[in-house]
Amino acid sequence: MIYLLFGYFAIVSIVAGVCTIALRNPVHCGLSLLVLLLHVAGLFVLLNAEFLFAVQIIVYAGAILVLYLFVLMLLNLKSEEQYLHRTYPYVIFAGVAILGELLIVILQTPYGGAKGEATPEVVLTVGQSHAVGITMFSDYLLLFEIVGVFLLGAIIGAVVLAKTPKPTDQPKTDLPI
Amino acid sequence: MIPLSAYVALSAILFMTGLLGVLIRRNFIVVLMSVEIMLNAANINLVAFSHYLDSMAGQLAALFIIAIAAGEAAVGLAIIIVVFRGQLATNVDQINLLKW
Repeated sequence: MIYLLFGYFAIVSIVAGVCTIALRNPVHCGLSLLVLLLHVAGLFVLLNAEFLFAVQIIVYAGAILVLYLFVLMLLNLKSEEQYLHRTYPYVIFAGVAILGELLIVILQTPYGGAKGEATPEVVLTVGQSHAVGITMFSDYLLLFEIVGVFLLGAIIGAVVLAKTPKPTDQPKTDLPI
Repeated sequence: MIPLSAYVALSAILFMTGLLGVLIRRNFIVVLMSVEIMLNAANINLVAFSHYLDSMAGQLAALFIIAIAAGEAAVGLAIIIVVFRGQLATNVDQINLLKW
């Protein structure tokens, strides 16, 4: 059963990823990206990461993707005739060749390493979100604060960039006073 | 039990898909979407290693990557809006001026 689920999530996410970069209309690309994000969230469930599953759906599918689609609708783009660079066959050939070599290496590597303390039994006794929270606010507290400052900077940057420029100061003389 | 190499291979395929998208697409917004695919591939890798090595660190890194992706999307889309307003172009090969 778990093999079936993994195969489904893996195949659909790869197909959706290829659709994202291959479809002509940017809105269709965004919707394929949504399918990809939802199926990656399913993979997170298979990997016992329920908190990340929820975050993936709420933040990625709920916020980031809506932002993309919102901007696409705002700019009102037409789907163009030539939507790929002219050199794309060479790039795809090189990419597929590199990917083949990578897969050969990946599938032959014996994976191993030092195990940590968060075994499934330990995590199940406290709950997954609780375990993530404890780790985040103890070992990774500084990173958490840095991410907070980063997000504040990103928000301010986005607002300042996208603000409508003021019309150059022409005094409005025709106003009735 | 699914072998760890299956997850790593899936992650490599998705990462290469995103990289090809960045290299071949002309539309700036789709290029940013391809970057999101690459970030997701990295997330799969981190969470898979976190699961197989019984550690929480990978999941925390994936969580921070999601936060960074949100910031990147916001700033990138704001830049697209500014460029589109000035030049009426969203293709990466038409955006070739530093200032206009």
